Amino acid sequence: MSILSKEFWLQFSSPKTFYPVAGRMIPWFAGGAILLTLVGLYIGLLAAPTDFQQGDAYRIIYIHVPAAWMSMFIYIVMSVYAGMGLVLNARLSNMMATALAPTGAMFAFLALWTGALWGRPTWGAYWVWDARLTSQLILLFLYLGYIALQAAIDDPRRAYRASAVLALVGVINVPIIYFSVQWWNTLHQGSSINISQAPKMASIMLTTMLIMSLAAWLYAIAIALFRVRVIILERERHSDWVRDLVGARP
Amino acid sequence: MWAAARIVLWRDVLLAVRRQSEVVTSLFFFILVVTLFPLGVGPDIEMLRIIAPGVVWVAALLASMLALNRMFSGDYVDGSLEQMVLAAQPLPVLVFSKILAHWLVSGLPLVVMAPVLGLQLGMDSDSLRVLVISLLIGTPVLSLIGAVGAALTLGLRGGGVLISLLVLPLYIPVLIFGAGAVEATQAGLGGDSHLYLLGAICVFSLLLGPWASSAALRIAME
Repeated sequence: MSILSKEFWLQFSSPKTFYPVAGRMIPWFAGGAILLTLVGLYIGLLAAPTDFQQGDAYRIIYIHVPAAWMSMFIYIVMSVYAGMGLVLNARLSNMMATALAPTGAMFAFLALWTGALWGRPTWGAYWVWDARLTSQLILLFLYLGYIALQAAIDDPRRAYRASAVLALVGVINVPIIYFSVQWWNTLHQGSSINISQAPKMASIMLTTMLIMSLAAWLYAIAIALFRVRVIILERERHSDWVRDLVGARP
Repeated sequence: MWAAARIVLWRDVLLAVRRQSEVVTSLFFFILVVTLFPLGVGPDIEMLRIIAPGVVWVAALLASMLALNRMFSGDYVDGSLEQMVLAAQPLPVLVFSKILAHWLVSGLPLVVMAPVLGLQLGMDSDSLRVLVISLLIGTPVLSLIGAVGAALTLGLRGGGVLISLLVLPLYIPVLIFGAGAVEATQAGLGGDSHLYLLGAICVFSLLLGPWASSAALRIAME
């Protein structure tokens, strides 16, 4: 089969073909994530200069910003997978959406938590009822609702489809979070990085933040692939290839 | 198509009127929750006036959520919902009728009752007027979004708790702009901008709500 043909790529939508491929990809993504995290944390915590306004407290952005980006981005990816699962009835898309949800929830929580730790020395309060903070909290609740709805339905087919509808309804919230700092006059500062203009931060800080973001990406991909492998085994446990794989007697 | 929609609307309202206890229960719940606040935070009328918009709005949110469970469950149990899914008329239209009926029996009483409660909490007439308008625009949104949650959790065990987890995060913008309109009026700023945004949310959910809930109903019925 040629690598350019449609059939070559479509075969990976079958859980059976995808399972070993995912297994081979995980070490690369996980290794990259560990490496980049170590490099990023070294530059971020030790090599990067102290901020002249915020002191050392600013260093938490190396975790905070990637986590906040990932929490929104994973939600969009999750709803795209969920929508594909709903429309095309593709099993693997549903499984990927399910596999991404806990990681997204973790990043949303991490963004709120690191934001609270940063807000205490800088704003003087762990939490303010600001538009961006509130909508980020809603995002966390949306993730939790998605996970809870899926857990409450016994029939896996209905669970996938119902939670997909919920994910698609909730996706309206993502642009609200992203633009909240521009729409409302809030305490949370606007984004420091913009494609259309020069970044408003020192280049070493920017580089470090991008390294950490890449690490967060690789981590999210690795953990999602790991989780989707477990889900595949669980859902396909009655099929022959899984029985052969785990060596169970029928 | 519109005849069927009218019949479903009439039937649902009639059913609710014949079974008054359910309608009255959520109305009393609304009154009770509002009454709890003066008992909890003390009878200082100045403080009550400040928190009144939020209190009335949160109570309306909880009361309308309490009624969500029975939007589809009765029809689901006796099989008539299945007939609606199979019917020749488009499902979103029939679902819209059911949502409208649900709002008429569970949302509209709250709007009518709200000024009395607002008066108890010491609100002036300007704020009361904005409170009624904001509830009038906002409570249909609660029914429309709630219908999606009700359809998704149809026939699930523990559906009552689950529906609050699904629906309350989506209610938050309605709460912010609804209570915000009244608070802005109280502060002398005028609540128009909040009401416009609330109206935009209402139109948007009017567009998507019936459609999303009928998709969810089809998933639940298959």
